[in-house]
Amino acid sequence: MIEVDHITKYYGQTPAVQDVSFRVEKGEILGFLGPNGAGKTTTMRMLTCYLPPSEGTARVAGYDVFEDSMEVRRRIGYLPEHPPLYPDMTVASYLTFVSKIKGVDSKKQKNAVDSAAERCGLADRRDTIIGKLSKGYRQRVGLAQALVHDPEVLILDEPTIGLDPRQIIEVRELIKSLAGEHTVILSTHILSEASMTCERVVIINRGKIVAMDTPENLTARLMGSERIYVQVQGPADVVTAKLREVPNVVDVVPEPGGNGVRGFFVDGKEKHDIRAELASAIVGNGFGLLEMRPVGMSLEEIFLQLTEEEGN
Amino acid sequence: MGNFGAILQKELKSYLVSPIAYVVGAVFLLVSGFFFRNMVMQFNMYCMTYIQQAQRYGGQLPQLNLNEIVVNGFFGLMSFISLFIVPLLTMRLIAEEKKTGTIELLMTSPVSNVQTILGKFVSCFLLYTIIVGLTGFLMLILEVYGNPDWGPILSAYGGVLLMGGAFVAVGVFASSLTENQIVAAVLSFAALLIFWVIGWSANFAGPTMGKVLTYLSLIEHIGDFQKGIIDTKDVIFYLSFMFFSLFLTLTVMESRRWRK
Repeated sequence: MIEVDHITKYYGQTPAVQDVSFRVEKGEILGFLGPNGAGKTTTMRMLTCYLPPSEGTARVAGYDVFEDSMEVRRRIGYLPEHPPLYPDMTVASYLTFVSKIKGVDSKKQKNAVDSAAERCGLADRRDTIIGKLSKGYRQRVGLAQALVHDPEVLILDEPTIGLDPRQIIEVRELIKSLAGEHTVILSTHILSEASMTCERVVIINRGKIVAMDTPENLTARLMGSERIYVQVQGPADVVTAKLREVPNVVDVVPEPGGNGVRGFFVDGKEKHDIRAELASAIVGNGFGLLEMRPVGMSLEEIFLQLTEEEGN
Repeated sequence: MGNFGAILQKELKSYLVSPIAYVVGAVFLLVSGFFFRNMVMQFNMYCMTYIQQAQRYGGQLPQLNLNEIVVNGFFGLMSFISLFIVPLLTMRLIAEEKKTGTIELLMTSPVSNVQTILGKFVSCFLLYTIIVGLTGFLMLILEVYGNPDWGPILSAYGGVLLMGGAFVAVGVFASSLTENQIVAAVLSFAALLIFWVIGWSANFAGPTMGKVLTYLSLIEHIGDFQKGIIDTKDVIFYLSFMFFSLFLTLTVMESRRWRK
């Protein structure tokens, strides 16, 4: 549905996006992940025909973003970083205006506006002036604006920014419900969001793609060692020494603080399950085992690792 | 043309809900009303003087022309006030969209720049027409108490609207250059003022250049309308002024697509 082929964008001499290529299949949700200033917004702006790419091409639904810009624009819904709202309009009149310029048939406009407002939880705010809405509601109006013409492709630049935790969950659910019929690209710098909503994640840093895979694979690929967290009742230094003696244990790091009860991060060798031996060692030495759980490397850590590698 | 209509409607609504249109309209009517009253009083004073002279020394009353004294003066003044108010009406048209980022919505929607620019231009021009049209009440007052000649009045309205259209087009262009509304207003005011007085420098230029400068002057072409003469040359001047300004605006808007 979306094919990006070696696009580069220069702002003056500085490249904001360098040689980025990826594809998104129909019905897929792709997460665009990167620190602020990584080039996420610039890439999205090129896909939405707002900025022309300096080099390379991008096609949306088979149409080139530069050559057939109007055809592309008809097929995309776009939520920019700052929702493009007219503060003196009411929610309903704003959505009607957007549906008009997006080319929704005049007979279907009312339906389109109603269903977009409904989907984004704006049904009771239809007649409110946008300028008087809270930030969370404005973000929803922005999202409704992107959905109003039921586009094939949705491009959402940080869709959950400024929302409270409950709204964030609602918006994520909404985005997930769009998959299948719609192709979605969303950008975020919140990593858990990408792992929760996206089927595939592109990690971008300093204008270049540093990784592209499913969240699970990314996690698996970067998990160098098996790390286990145990909470043990007993003197910290003795426990540390005893745990180090367990076969296949590489390192033991005690958590700071704690009176008698302390947590320890135990790193085992790759592809060795050390849990059984660890448990028996703790119990066998007369300590109390209070908790034990594996610690997967979170997407945050992967992200930091990848962006740091790139930096070095 | 659906998109043009949508933009036009949106812009008109936004004028109607913002105070700026009302304030500018009210100020325009207040100032022009003030001048109108004084012009009528002046005319009245002339009449009294002549009547007294006729009574004292005898002889014929001279024919005083209401159009020449009140109407011509009034329309000249109205074009002058337009110079100040049109930049205030046009300044937000594109600059505001740039500032708030809503331009991103327009530029990523299947709306052509021509439709956007025309929608904005026409909406502001309609507003200007309404404001100018409201001065028609003053002309009705003349009709009630005097006998003005309506032909030149109507053609003068036509001239003021044509000139206003050119002003609005320059304002739209200035608004496309910046995202700061004040800067847009200052730019369009400066441009209009220069084109207003450009004929002056014709006196000091060579014969050919002088003619060009005189031709470019915005006031050179309004005089005939006030006399009731509609010259295609003048109509074409204002229309091409509008066209050229709007074309420049289009170039500015399109340039972002070529700025790789």
